[in-house]
Order: sequence, then C-alpha cells, then structure tokens
Amino acid sequence: MNSLPSRVFETAVNELAKLPGIGRKTALRMALHLLKSRKEDAEAFGMAIIRMHNDIRYCRECGNISDDELCSICGSPKRDKSIVCVVEDIRDVIAIENTGQFNGVYHVLGGIISPMEGIGPDELNIEGLIEKVNSGSLTEIILALPTTIEGDTTNFYIYKKLHSSAIPVTMIARGISIGDELEHTDEVTLGRSIVNRTPYESIIQKKNQ
Amino acid sequence: MFLHKLLLSDFKNYEQASLVFSDKINCFTGNNGVGKTNLLDAIHYLSFCKSFFNPADTQNIRHGQDFFAINGSFQRNGDSNELVQCIQKRNQRKRFLLNKKEYDRLADHIGNFPLVMISPYDRDLISEGSEIRRKYIDSVISQFDKQYLDDLIQYNKVLVQRNALLKTFAERDFFDSAQLEIWDEQMIRLGKLLFAKRTRFLEAFIPIFQHYYTFISGGQEKVDVQYNSHLCSSEMEILIRENRSRDRSAQFSTVGIHKDDLEFTLDGFQVKKFGSQGQQKSFVVAIKLAQFDYTRNIKGYKPILLLDDVFDKLDDVRVQQLISLVSQHNFGQVFITDTSEDRIRRIFDTMDIDHKFFSLPLKD
Ligand SMILES: [Zn+2]
Repeated sequence: MNSLPSRVFETAVNELAKLPGIGRKTALRMALHLLKSRKEDAEAFGMAIIRMHNDIRYCRECGNISDDELCSICGSPKRDKSIVCVVEDIRDVIAIENTGQFNGVYHVLGGIISPMEGIGPDELNIEGLIEKVNSGSLTEIILALPTTIEGDTTNFYIYKKLHSSAIPVTMIARGISIGDELEHTDEVTLGRSIVNRTPYESIIQKKNQ
Repeated sequence: MFLHKLLLSDFKNYEQASLVFSDKINCFTGNNGVGKTNLLDAIHYLSFCKSFFNPADTQNIRHGQDFFAINGSFQRNGDSNELVQCIQKRNQRKRFLLNKKEYDRLADHIGNFPLVMISPYDRDLISEGSEIRRKYIDSVISQFDKQYLDDLIQYNKVLVQRNALLKTFAERDFFDSAQLEIWDEQMIRLGKLLFAKRTRFLEAFIPIFQHYYTFISGGQEKVDVQYNSHLCSSEMEILIRENRSRDRSAQFSTVGIHKDDLEFTLDGFQVKKFGSQGQQKSFVVAIKLAQFDYTRNIKGYKPILLLDDVFDKLDDVRVQQLISLVSQHNFGQVFITDTSEDRIRRIFDTMDIDHKFFSLPLKD
C-alpha cells in the first residue's frame, strides 16, 4: 500500500489519514470516494475546510468558536452573564448546551494543566478568567473540568487563584468514577449534575478527611 | 471452597487432562519438565485470570493449536457447584465465564476464588530492589480494598506530573511555586492515605508472619519486618516543603511513599546479607503463609494454597513441619509439587491426613 499510482492521490490519502480515528485503509476509501464524487461536491468539501480556518473566530469573551467577535451564547440577551461555567474545550460547551439546563455563559480553557504534555497555566486561558472575576460582575464560577487527576489539579489551581476574590466557586456534581468525559455522559445525567452543583470548598474538605 | 475437578484442553504441554482432587492435600510429583507447575498455573488462572509466569496468554496455548481452555469445578459449602471457565483463542480476547455466564470485566472475578501461591520466585522479595516489595504489599492490600488501588493509581499519576514539572522548571530555567503547590497538595493528600493503609496492614500482618516463621524454622531467631517510609519520621507536608529545593535540583520527587521499602531482619541483621538459604526460604514462605492467614481472616473462608517446589533447599525436618502446618484445620485445599515422590510419601505415611498423589506424566 506504500506506493500508490498517483502522487497527488497519495498526498490526499496521507492528509486524510492524519485525522483522528482514521487509519490508512479508511483514508484510502475516503479518498477514492471523493475522487469519484462530482467536482462541485469535492470542491465544496475542500472549501468548507479552508473557510473553517479562514473565517472562524474565537469569542473574545469565552473562547468558544464563533462567526463574530462574540459567540451566539455570549451575544444572547437571554443568557445570565454573571454565572460562568469553566470547561476544558469546545466539545464540553456543546455537551452542556445539549442538556438545556444551563443559562449562564462559558469560559473555555483550551485544555487542562498537564506538565507531561507541556501544558502549564500560561498555555491556558486562565488569566482571562481571573480578569473577568476581578471586574466584579460575576456571581458564581462553576467548574466543569474532567474528573481526572489533571482536571482535579486544574480545578484546584483556579480555586486558589480566585480564592481572594471571595466569589462562590462550585463544581458540577458527577459520580465518583474517574476519567468521565462530559461528552460521554448522557444528557439527563449531565443536566442533573449541573443543577445539583456543590460548593467547591466542601468537596476539598471531604477529600481531606 | 475447593477445586473439585480440573479439565484442560491444549493448555501448555497438556493436550487433554482431567483430574479430580482431594479437598485437602494434592501432590504432583515427577521429574522436571513433566508439567507439574503447569497444573498449578492452570489453577492460578482460574483464580487470577492470568498465568503466574507468562503474561502473554496466547503463548500458553499448546504448540500448533488454536486455543486453550481451562475448566474448573469448585465446591462451596458441600453442595453448590461453581463452574469457572477460561477460554483463550489466538488473536482473540480472553474469555472468563462463571456458571456459563461471561464476565464483563475480569476484575469482577478476581477475589471470588482466593488463592495464595508459594513459589521459588518469592526469593525475589528478599534479593531484588524495593519496587518488588512495594508491589507485593500493594497487591495484597488491593485485593480487599479497591479504593486503595484507585488512590495508588492517582498518586502515581501525580508523581509523573510533578516530576515532569520539576524537569520543565529546570529546562526553561524558571520557577512558579503556585504550579508546584497544586501537585504537592495532591501528593500530600494521597500519600497520607496510602501511608496510613500500608501502616495498618503491616501492623496486622507482621505478627502473623513472625508466628509462622517460628513455626517453620523451629528455631529461636527473631525475625522482623520493618516498614521504612519517609513518612515514619515526619509529616508529608513538612517533608515536601523541606525537600522542595532538593527536588528542584534533582528534577524529580525525592520524598514520598514511592520510596517506601520493607527491611527484613533476622536477629537484627539483614536477611539478604546474613540469612542462610534455608532461613531465606523460611522467611518468604512465612510471608506467604501470613498472606494466606490475612486473606482468610478478611474473606471468612480458606483460600487455595499452591506450593510450587517449596521443599527444595529445606531439610526433611522443615518439610515435615511445613506439611503438618498446612494440614491443620485452618488451611483448606493445598496443591504441592515436588520432584521426589519418595520423600513426600515417606512424610505422609506418618501422618493422618487426607491426601492424593498424581504421578506425572499423567496416564490416560
Ligand atoms: Zn462567547
């Protein structure tokens, strides 16, 4: 499979094989499919990817993807801007939005602290969160990071940074299972866990008992 | 609980084998290479879902065959039969069934049919580095305390992250105590929990071990196991704080329960350096027998005991001591391998205990 009859074709296969979850065999099938499809369709496909990169912006308030300077959530007059839910990435925003249980706004960190992968607080959008809190317009911060040890540690870092501001910090109530990702939790459970969030302080106290 | 019947298909050197056991002592005798230990390993599979020796399951399929199967019929309280099956096909995942119903997770099976194996490899507990001793106590505690295992996994992750951070500090030539503190806190919290559980376990374990050592050796020497941990002498918070600059220059975490070790002594001297071969052997056998006792006390019933080639390097007196010990009522079903059928027969002739001999290779 190493030598394909066309270099151009091979380049397309190689690019497709870089996508998450796509092996070389699948990439080959996809490339053949695109090659056989109508020229307009293939161009629309290519353009969609190019436009995504050229035109998508990141919301200046929350870091969510957006077509404008403000995303549709931050721009909506119906959302409560004083409640901010802190999430790891955009997938979590989509998951929580699907529950229909949250009426505040988000703050997308763009990752979690993991020295092993070279991700420290400076690589994440934590400074922006602190600025928001310091502006004094917030009433609650909800932490909705993964329940892994790295998620835990990031929660703790944020909590320590915000401690002096006296803003209430809560955490969404999830089961004790380790490594739950928000996008894999079903909507009803996730919705319930947002409604039943608990003060962060009581969670660390419980852990240290 | 005991194993009543064992059926093997294409497992290691066995094409087909069917054995019916005594609920007390069972002896497999024969020369080296006839497959005595393979029978013990099949029994080990039924309990732990894996081989004692070879983690590559498919390599335990008899040469040139497509799969192996181990079937064990257990009896509990006399009446109920429980059928445990392990099937390993080439290029497929290992399947485990209880009464024909497949387990979703192998972890659900482990612990239901407890077993303790004593083998020549136990010597490593004395001769090898500290990691094997930590692993040993971790494995014993984890069998009864799933929370301990979870906390241990978390601790090890924190350790890796903290070490990576210390390295980053050095490489990029900067330091931010807030970034280190968040990992310190996790390490302190988890380290304290694990230390407390290791301490509590060893407090219960060591007296049982000493009792067994004295029994097997019949001697006067005093044996001891000392738990050496940084946390024995200071609080984890203080240790972490005091060693911060040392950690930074070493670029890894120099203190914590990941450095714990057990020190084995005989009349105050290190067993590793000063114990004779016989004493060392008695030492590890006593550790395993203490594990047996501990398991039985928690489970409320007797685990199966496997003695693989244990009598090698022990004189006849000690062998007799050991056999009379495991024949007592606080032990249940026992499987023994030995190269010398004569010796074992001679010993059993003088004892009134239910036993069964299997001369290998088995005849059809
Ligand atoms: Zn936004």
